Amino acid sequence: MSTDLIHPGNPVEPFLRTDRMPHIWCPGCGIGTTVNCFSRALIESCMNVNDMAIVSGIGCTGRVAGYVNLDSFHTTHGRAIPFATGLKLANPKRQVVVYSGDGDLFAIGGNHLIHAARRNIDLKVICVNNLIYAMTGGQTGPATPGDVITSTAPYGTFDPAFNLPYLTEAAGAVYVARWTTFHVRQITKTMQEMFSKKGFCFLEIVSPCPTLYQRRNKMGDGLDTMKYYKAMSKVKHGANTKDVPLSRQGEIIVGKFVDIERPNYMELMRNKLHDSLGEQYVETDELTCEEATSCSDCS
Amino acid sequence: MQADPAGVLTGSHFLDGDHACCEGALAAGARFSSGYPITPSTEVVERFAARVPTVGGTFIQMEDELAASITLQGAVWGGAKAFTVTSGPGFSLMMEHLGYAVMTETPCVFVNVQRGGPSTGLPTLPAQGDMMQARWGSHGDYEIIALCPNSPQECFDLTIKAFNYAEKYRVPALVMLDEVVGHMTEKVVIPTADQIEVEPRHFTTKDPNNFHLYAPDENGAPEMAHLGQGYSVHVTGLTHDERGYPNMTPQTQDSLMKRLKNKILDHVDDIVLYEEQDVEGAEVVVVSYGITSRVAQRAIDMAKDRGLKVGKFRIITAWPFPEKQIREIASKVKGIVVPELNLGQMVREVERAANGQCRTKLVPHAGGTVHRPEDILNAIVEVLR
Repeated sequence: MSTDLIHPGNPVEPFLRTDRMPHIWCPGCGIGTTVNCFSRALIESCMNVNDMAIVSGIGCTGRVAGYVNLDSFHTTHGRAIPFATGLKLANPKRQVVVYSGDGDLFAIGGNHLIHAARRNIDLKVICVNNLIYAMTGGQTGPATPGDVITSTAPYGTFDPAFNLPYLTEAAGAVYVARWTTFHVRQITKTMQEMFSKKGFCFLEIVSPCPTLYQRRNKMGDGLDTMKYYKAMSKVKHGANTKDVPLSRQGEIIVGKFVDIERPNYMELMRNKLHDSLGEQYVETDELTCEEATSCSDCS
Repeated sequence: MQADPAGVLTGSHFLDGDHACCEGALAAGARFSSGYPITPSTEVVERFAARVPTVGGTFIQMEDELAASITLQGAVWGGAKAFTVTSGPGFSLMMEHLGYAVMTETPCVFVNVQRGGPSTGLPTLPAQGDMMQARWGSHGDYEIIALCPNSPQECFDLTIKAFNYAEKYRVPALVMLDEVVGHMTEKVVIPTADQIEVEPRHFTTKDPNNFHLYAPDENGAPEMAHLGQGYSVHVTGLTHDERGYPNMTPQTQDSLMKRLKNKILDHVDDIVLYEEQDVEGAEVVVVSYGITSRVAQRAIDMAKDRGLKVGKFRIITAWPFPEKQIREIASKVKGIVVPELNLGQMVREVERAANGQCRTKLVPHAGGTVHRPEDILNAIVEVLR
């Protein structure tokens, strides 16, 4: 057999901690798909991966940080965003990605999310929304739609869910998009766009949890969910985020909803301190002596 | 390593303890703080917010203490020396992240200016009610380092020491003021930068392919890695192996927990600071810390005027506890008197260390003000009876 027929390896391999495989995610889970998209976005952007750090909270999506071969931080439940804020402010040149789930970012971490968006901290927040607390056993989450059976809502949920893009835009995000795990090319492209955008960027990826959400609600397996995403997703770029809530089996509005410009936290801080302190202000690019490598020769 | 002159306000100053603590942090090299306002601690970060833009650094006021206590840890991994400041209720909210700093071996400093509790308690009035929370407030087994200043000068000196211990042992170090020490104003002498010893961060020089983030050096604490230089560190609060990878075996848990404890316990002699006076030949020794030690001094002087043989032992390092020193004192005296601005916390440690060799007597005070020296004097007399 000719050796050139042997596959040289998966192109995303360098971005993964292959020594940690197999991963813990269930068959049909969408999180691995999003990691594949993330790795491809890294390949296709001009990013030097050493310039990127990734921060996760707790839960199934919280485990992403442990599988990608970057400076990676698996923090406490709900606190990925404040940890990432410290990391970013100490290293303003570095790209800091927050990669976590709907429960982590919007329930226990909801306060941090809205304040980071308000301040426009330059973070790229990727939220894998499987509509449920998965790792801890399928309990109701802040994004669980009505009429869904969960382990803490055995008769069906009745507390209203957050519409994540609407909330994030209202809090001040400069970039808000949503896709499902069916939209792998769009996810990759959106991630690339976020990497080159300054400020608080938010991407929601609607993703199946076949083990706890779909099974308990008799919605089939991972493949059935893909078919549902394909049939029910409608691309509406620029849609009013007020009009994009998710329901149990209704339409899923996807696309890029928000892409605006406003000064980010570091710019606001530097401008104010320059104005107030003049020459007394000592500006720092990093709070250590190290220098970040730039990707300025890419265009 | 010597301090960076940029952060050192050399000279004689008239400062309160909170402000002196801020100057200590700046002298120690702190260039990042994330805080959330709470009385009686906020003056520390109010001063930091004013000072740090002129020396190159960042202060951010976070949305709550949960955020403040993890934001600083992000900054530490980003390369900064960082701290947060709070008081009892905020300290309670920070407990999970105290544990995260222990588990991830993040060198950082928590300043706690104690007030009366529990709950909202006495926001503007003193207590020493967080001493056990400092030691046991987070879950699981761990060791931290906690220092108790009794003057603005010591707020400066011990904050520097806290940063140095944090770096040396890769552990969260606590500076446990109380409201009186935080708000009392006294002379604080800040030396020149070349007279201030600062522990540098121990960054590895190893090749990324030959480096394990959690492999301990001979001191028990691992080296750190510069972010962004290809080390691809993985940091997790889960039980982890030397690479930082999650590993859930009882064996990994056992060896990690023991190492995290022993890197402190094996160096108790380096960490435990204390002050002794007339302990030799004493029949009673008063063991105290923080503001209470200054009231105790008055009681001791009064007892000496009456011809009583009284010694003083001031706890400066509360955690790890100066067990060896207390045990030795207990073997020589009739009794130990422990005044505290709480209804009995560190006295339990004193009793444990004394191990029945002598009588121990607590002089409790629920907080709100300091002890009357007479109450401590009465306890001394009673123990001798």
